[in-house]
Amino acid sequence: MQLFNFNNKNGTRKKWSNIAIAIVFPILVLVLWQYASTHGWLKPSLVPAPLTIWKTFMTYLENGKLWNNLSVSFERVFAGYLIGATAGILVGFLMGLIRPINSALSGIVSVLRPIPTIALVPIIILFYGIGFISKVAVIAIGSFWPVLLNTIHGIMNTDNKLIEVAYTYRIVKRKVIFRIVVPSAIPAALTGLRLGMSNAWTSVVAAEMIASSTGIGYLINLSRETANTRVMYMCVLVIGAIGLMIDRGLTWMEHYYLRKTRGLVDQK
Amino acid sequence: MAETKDILTIRDLHKDFFIQDEKVRVLCGIDLGIAEGEIVAIVGPSGCGKSTLLRLITSLETVTSGEILIGGEPVDGPSEKCSMIFQEARLFPWLTVRENIEFVISDQYARAKKKKMALEYIELVGLSDFINAVPNQLSGGMQQRVSIARALVTRPQILLLDEPFGALDAFTRMNMQNEVLRIWLKDKTTMVIVTHDIDEAIFLSNRVVIMGKNPGIVKKTVSVDLDYPRDRSNLEFLEIRRTIMKEFIES
Repeated sequence: MQLFNFNNKNGTRKKWSNIAIAIVFPILVLVLWQYASTHGWLKPSLVPAPLTIWKTFMTYLENGKLWNNLSVSFERVFAGYLIGATAGILVGFLMGLIRPINSALSGIVSVLRPIPTIALVPIIILFYGIGFISKVAVIAIGSFWPVLLNTIHGIMNTDNKLIEVAYTYRIVKRKVIFRIVVPSAIPAALTGLRLGMSNAWTSVVAAEMIASSTGIGYLINLSRETANTRVMYMCVLVIGAIGLMIDRGLTWMEHYYLRKTRGLVDQK
Repeated sequence: MAETKDILTIRDLHKDFFIQDEKVRVLCGIDLGIAEGEIVAIVGPSGCGKSTLLRLITSLETVTSGEILIGGEPVDGPSEKCSMIFQEARLFPWLTVRENIEFVISDQYARAKKKKMALEYIELVGLSDFINAVPNQLSGGMQQRVSIARALVTRPQILLLDEPFGALDAFTRMNMQNEVLRIWLKDKTTMVIVTHDIDEAIFLSNRVVIMGKNPGIVKKTVSVDLDYPRDRSNLEFLEIRRTIMKEFIES
């Protein structure tokens, strides 16, 4: 993040020192954490040492337990995201483009949207039981909202100046919608798809609280029941790391697409 | 004024806007006839309604009272006889230069014909090397060239230009003025150009219409009987400039 920098002479040096701080500080935290653990200042039953977590990670990686559970979680996230994102795009375009549909649904949306997905878990179990479908449903709902809202936002924010151009050239409505309004909404819809993916991944733990016997979320629940703090921490960190990678990857794809098709990344 | 020959006639035109339920008169009793092949510049202080006048001609705004006739026909919706060029190029960022121009060509033409027409006008504005570029890859001047090509490809009888070069730097602006003149000398399309640049008005037009504000009226019309291309430092040029400046200072 670029903060105000009025001093141009030291501009480059400052930038490098910022990068250095960004790398050094987290390492410092880890070292202090490790130091505190080995000197008994932190209870291992509450906060295990970083090296212990790392060893646990390597063990789980080698014995295949980590990957076995992750792959199951990936499957659920993928299925849930596919459903949630598709629905979000479809409903988003319908609400953005068709006024009566927007009027009919916007009230319902604003009531349902603030409900945390986890609060819906009991209802979902009521409907779909405790199998695969329930878990997918939780993830689908989590990824649905950002996709929906960003798609609508993108459509609503179509530049009126472009609509005016189309009007003066007597462009037919169908062409205005599909070749101006829809492409205008694409950057926002892509942002929605990225945030939806992040949400899908973060809801996996909530989803796997439903009577699971596999998955990274299940592994966390199991470690809680068995008071295995190392595994708990390891899983939490793995979820964080994967979430970060997904977000970075999708951001990169988003920018790549906009650069390829529109020359520059939209600054808006 | 020989009204039969006028391609664009404006009669007793009034336009009111409502700003927070309060009526604001923007244009008051505008009478203007523009002959075929003429270049008319409209100058005036900001807020005199000169841009609104163009927006009324293209039906982007609705007339409060009075009449606008294009080729003798009252205006009813955007006319295919008019093309408008805005201050911003207003290109579609997701379409290439060629696609941007093809976009406004009627769908009754075949794909190949559309492409041929687009390429012809891309060549006219000197952008043949940038056919497949997207707007973000072009400079401001080049983007405005694309918007000129887009305006001309529909073969309008009247070209309306709303401060078209206002956002460009001085050097690019002069280039674009020469470009517009070159195009005009080729097929004599009637042009109405709104500008706040008095030099630009004198350099391009046969007639400069000076507007005043509160409410917007036509204060004076000055003929510019100079041969093209015009020399901006020529004595007669400067004399006309002085006359127009005087009107401005009085207002």
